[in-house]
Amino acid sequence: MNAKIRVGWQASVGLTGDVLAALSVPLAFPLLVAFYYGESPIPFLAAIAVTLALGAAFRTVQDPSVDLGPREAFLAVALIWFLVAAVGAIPFVIAGVGTIAHPVNAMFESMSGLTTTGATVLRDFSLHSRSVLMWRQVIQWLGGLGILILATAVLSELGVGGAQLMESESQTQDVNKLTPKISRTAQLIWGIYVGLTALAVVVYFGLGLAVDPQMDLYNAVAHAFTSVATAGFSPEPLSVGAFHPLIQWAVVPFMVIGSTSFVLIYFAINGEPMRLLRNEEFHFYLGAMGTLSSVVALGLFFDPATTFGVEGTIRHAVFNVASIVTTTGYASTDYVLWAPAAKHMLFMGMFIGGMVGSTTCSIKSLRWLVALKSFKRNLYTAIHPESVRPVRISGKSIDEGAIRDIYAYLLLSIVIFFLLAVVIVVDAERADLRVDEFEALGAAATTFLNIGPGFGDAGPYGTFATFPLSTRAVMVVLMWIGRIEIIPVLVLFTKAFWTS
Amino acid sequence: MHVVVIGAGEVGTSIAASLASDHEVVVVDVDPDRAEQLKYELDVLTIAGDGTTSEIQTAADVGRADMVIACTDDDQTNLVACGTAKTLGDGFTIARVKSTDFLRTWEGNEGAFGVDFMVCTDLLTAENIVRVIGLPAAIDVDPFASGLVQMAEFEIAEGSPVAGQTVSEADRFESLTFVGLFRDGEMTIPRGDTGIAVGDRAVVIGSPESVQSFATDVAPETTPDRADEIVVVGGSEIGYQTARLLEEREFKPRLIEQDADRARWLAENLPNTVVMEHDATDTEFLTREHVDEADILVTALRSDEKNLLVSVLAKRLGVNRVIAVVDSPDYVTVFEEIGIDIAINPRTVTAEEITRFTYESVAENIAVLENDQAEVLELELTEGCGLVGRPISEIVAESDVRFVIGAITRNHELVTPRGDTVLQAGDHVILLVESDSVSDIASMA
Repeated sequence: MNAKIRVGWQASVGLTGDVLAALSVPLAFPLLVAFYYGESPIPFLAAIAVTLALGAAFRTVQDPSVDLGPREAFLAVALIWFLVAAVGAIPFVIAGVGTIAHPVNAMFESMSGLTTTGATVLRDFSLHSRSVLMWRQVIQWLGGLGILILATAVLSELGVGGAQLMESESQTQDVNKLTPKISRTAQLIWGIYVGLTALAVVVYFGLGLAVDPQMDLYNAVAHAFTSVATAGFSPEPLSVGAFHPLIQWAVVPFMVIGSTSFVLIYFAINGEPMRLLRNEEFHFYLGAMGTLSSVVALGLFFDPATTFGVEGTIRHAVFNVASIVTTTGYASTDYVLWAPAAKHMLFMGMFIGGMVGSTTCSIKSLRWLVALKSFKRNLYTAIHPESVRPVRISGKSIDEGAIRDIYAYLLLSIVIFFLLAVVIVVDAERADLRVDEFEALGAAATTFLNIGPGFGDAGPYGTFATFPLSTRAVMVVLMWIGRIEIIPVLVLFTKAFWTS
Repeated sequence: MHVVVIGAGEVGTSIAASLASDHEVVVVDVDPDRAEQLKYELDVLTIAGDGTTSEIQTAADVGRADMVIACTDDDQTNLVACGTAKTLGDGFTIARVKSTDFLRTWEGNEGAFGVDFMVCTDLLTAENIVRVIGLPAAIDVDPFASGLVQMAEFEIAEGSPVAGQTVSEADRFESLTFVGLFRDGEMTIPRGDTGIAVGDRAVVIGSPESVQSFATDVAPETTPDRADEIVVVGGSEIGYQTARLLEEREFKPRLIEQDADRARWLAENLPNTVVMEHDATDTEFLTREHVDEADILVTALRSDEKNLLVSVLAKRLGVNRVIAVVDSPDYVTVFEEIGIDIAINPRTVTAEEITRFTYESVAENIAVLENDQAEVLELELTEGCGLVGRPISEIVAESDVRFVIGAITRNHELVTPRGDTVLQAGDHVILLVESDSVSDIASMA
């Protein structure tokens, strides 16, 4: 049987070419850093050369007669995320220093960065040049809001295709058009993102001047890149824990803003703050963070092994809960050493995620809220079978089809998450490594849900380099699938996608 | 007055009948037989033809008409008829519509579609139902300013919580004004320290919600409260509007609708109503859902026969009060004779509203109280009239006429009058005035 391929792949590949060529612009930033610190520019020059060449090659297949429809968008989304990560790995390999010189590790680090996971395979931060460490930060910043929203913002000719892309990238079908033109909407959202990042630089650097241990300009820029992006990489081995408590406090609001819907932030800035403040998803997600923080803080108070003092306890509880729930993955202290109860609370927090339309990953609050409300509805209809009760979020009723999609997504996520946990345990066993179940579950959640550090060796001050290489290769794929929310990738493996 | 009525259905006929004696009435209907028949029933001129065309309207002498009433069963026809009439003359146009969407559009810009006054049948009926449900203790209730404001009169019964209180103690509601107190047939205009006694009749003006709350205070026994079960059967436009208005009054009604899509739509648009998708004539279902324990049941199905069946079923199951919507006026007495508490006919309601409107000359709206001792008037203030641009306290101080301003609506929003409220042109002022002074007040507006 030789069914005809019905996907306009030329359009997808052509678009991927455009995005790859554009990647040379952000690559110039670490290049400048390299020049400034007198480090080798070769890794970045090589990456720029490769990305330009790939971009040009891909663009030759572009066929202007093929439109970017839903299928082409799925293909383009999957290709772009994977290839950008691959190109992003080039500087690590070329620099040839430390664990990330190995291609699989480099790919892990790059994919972890781009998908804003923040899990690292670095062992010794001091080996690496400042420019290479900065590239990790930049790639996270690019991944934060989604390179496709960026592509839509920049490539104004995308038009309708841009809306397709944004919807394929985040499976929530909630691309709220702020303006009639999708590219203009994407520009506005990126404008807010850039503005918030700039604000973070000013705040961090400003505070850094006043306190000690201080934050220099390099670190202020590096952390600004990864806090609003809720990404989590830090050029410091101690993460944000390396800085003064005041700076740790200052990071929290940026993580929280990054996990708030950018569409609602736009409205709030433009004089309609009630749209944000009355949003039920916002309440749910702030409530979840508040509750978890309080429970963790109480746990730490009554744990004789931790002695942070009152401010320290509250700070570490709030910071680490915010970091986990927002899927950032910074750490202010090594929570691996905490009592099991507090750690389990953090583990639970991994599954929450921020709001739809934010820079966060994981399940996301909206899905939980819809699932919970629909469950509550089921309890009611069990008693009153005739009653008709739409599930409402912020007063708007949710389509029943969307509710089914959310259940499917939740189920699929749980299945993949458990399979990954099994792979981690079994593969570790094969390689004669001891990984306990909790550690495996943590590592599975943190990579698949794009959070960052997990527990045990993969904790905030640990490294994923301890896992076998094969496990890391699997994780690369799952970070990729997790970031674009499963469906756009899985759909590529169905026959119906390619043929009928 | 030369009045042209377009549409000789039940509404048109009823209006024509009540106007025929004092006015020169022309009735237009597409059906020649109907026109012919009416010629002998009423003392009116009838014309057979399409009332939306300028040809027929010219024949009816619309150019000279003081009032054109378009009340066919079709919304678009009525709107077009009014639009056409506006091109031929400058008579006052009244359109009857079913769709609340047209009403909203018109409210947004009065004069839209060439309509000067719009009567929305379904909404009007729903307002009637809700008034009957909500204020059984009231002696008299009248809506003003398109339903934004209500005037209600209550008798203070033995044991009422407000008996023995002063007006300022009883007046606990933000948008409610005490405008009159009748004792032994004598009217007093209440002040803050006026005492309320058993047997007094109190007249209040305010938002429907605040009048409802006041009723709960005055007569807690008979006024339904939030805990009371109200069931609406049938998700027709009337059923929907009824549930919506009940929600506005902070009730949590239940609504039964058989059609799945309509039920879903209703559930989406009525956040505080429990919508159930089932056949309301199924007694097993009614018992299972404890509909028999409802305090009030409204039937608003699309068929009179079904409404009758459900009403009888509900009565037999033991529902306290049953209110039925009856489409055919002939059935109204049948419903009431077999023990249904209240039967409401949308066409009668519409015809009454339009007729009431045609009677009013000085004011937009009038209610007469206690053997014509006092009247409640709705006045639209025009630019340059004696009341505009001055605070209420100043107007009251300088005037010899005894009156109380109960409510003001400005751009379709209720403004609670206070001493320092400055009146503006375009405001609708609802006030109580002694009947002898009506013309004095009207001349000031």
